[in-house]
Amino acid sequence: MSLLRIEGLGLRFPNGVTALDGVDLALERGEFLSLLGPSGCGKSSLLRAVMGLALPSAGRIAWTDGRRPRVGVVFQDATLMPWAGVLDNVALPLRLAGSDRKRREAAALAAIERVGLGGFERAVPRELSGGMRMRVSIARALVGDPDVLLMDEPFAALDEITRLRLDDDLRALATARGTTVLFVTHSVFESVYLSSRIAVMTPRPGRVAGILPVTRPAAGDFRASAEYARQCGEVSALLGRVMAA
Amino acid sequence: MKGALAARLAPLVVGLLVLGGWEALVRLNEIPPYILPAPSLIGETLWNDRAILLVSLAVTLKTTFAALIAAASSSLVLAILFRQSRWIERSLYPYAVILQVTPIVAIAPLILIYVDDPFAVMLVCATIVAFFPILSNTMLGLRSVDPGLEDLFRLQGAGRLQVLWLLHLPSALPHFLAGLRIAGGLALIGAVVAEFVSSTTAGGATGLAWRIIEAGQRLNVPRMFAALTLIAASGIAIFALLTALSHIVLRRWHESERTG
Repeated sequence: MSLLRIEGLGLRFPNGVTALDGVDLALERGEFLSLLGPSGCGKSSLLRAVMGLALPSAGRIAWTDGRRPRVGVVFQDATLMPWAGVLDNVALPLRLAGSDRKRREAAALAAIERVGLGGFERAVPRELSGGMRMRVSIARALVGDPDVLLMDEPFAALDEITRLRLDDDLRALATARGTTVLFVTHSVFESVYLSSRIAVMTPRPGRVAGILPVTRPAAGDFRASAEYARQCGEVSALLGRVMAA
Repeated sequence: MKGALAARLAPLVVGLLVLGGWEALVRLNEIPPYILPAPSLIGETLWNDRAILLVSLAVTLKTTFAALIAAASSSLVLAILFRQSRWIERSLYPYAVILQVTPIVAIAPLILIYVDDPFAVMLVCATIVAFFPILSNTMLGLRSVDPGLEDLFRLQGAGRLQVLWLLHLPSALPHFLAGLRIAGGLALIGAVVAEFVSSTTAGGATGLAWRIIEAGQRLNVPRMFAALTLIAASGIAIFALLTALSHIVLRRWHESERTG
């Protein structure tokens, strides 16, 4: 059953540029759905519309339960409060929701532990590497025990090796908790590795050109498998056709 | 390391050379002290007149710090109000600018007419001079907020007070402190100017500026220089104090306090 339905969504910027035009998409409960497309195709705008930060000019975004479920968000930058320590940064969503100090710090400590940053609670963002900051951002998204994670190219600014590790950890976290994830990326390899389905978008104005399911072998190193290479090829081919059209 | 030491010593050497030259000039030409006192005589006067001068220093510093606190709190409140409503900002900000661009020496005689208490006169003058840099810096700071964090707070359903307290105020803190640093020197200038302007009428004023005027009338030029030295030293001390405050508050997270 789907958690979110997007129908005929259109989005126009104040300067008159049409970012999205007629986007249809359904987000299924428990799935990992990637939005893949070239830079400037409006995938981030689509995510902002889902977050409620951008107002659509046409169509509708409907949560199945009738209201927005608990949402965790991760932006392209870690977007941390530089004056606050890791613990306070991670606990922020709970603090804004009005939960008391003891409860929110316990939850934040657990989230910090889950993303592998145990022992860094007292550090401030400046003292951390880019990858660690992104982990703090993910911990903050997880702390409210969200039904759905919305992620906007979270690892785009990181180096390849850090990115691979974070992809691994994110996948493990999402599968372990059965969290639904809507993930924006412009990396074919990342989308195939992480997703259960990939929605390929057209250049601006953005539309969904096709949706490809990813089949993942039950065991073994997925990235090293022929299955992975084949599916990356398929996604690249569709992306190539979309760009040429 | 050697270069750093030389860089520290350079201004000290210049100072010593100037003072030495001054001393030599006065002694060789036998310039009388009521025209130009030698540095050694100024130092002597500082020591001999210390009872009078220290009392005056306390008066001037009291005005300065009271004005700094008044300026900091009033401009902080005003900046927060401006951040809450564009309408309040548009309505009031022009008057803050007018107050800033009108020279204090021109306003002071008016204040003298309407305010009776001499200390209150000084306080009002020095506050007017000091408050604008804090106001404009804090306004800038309250608007220099990471847009990503603004989005995050909105998404998490933060209330107005939460946004102010947890996001806007911490974001503005470095700017507020920078404004405070400028305002520290200006508060001292405001206090001194106020003493000058009010010296003719308000008899109770005995700050350093008032000492300079009084000594001038008696041709006690060494004491004039001694009082001036104390004013300059106070300005340097206030600046150093506020710089240290800024460093202590910001050193862990803000780029401006990054070392090395």
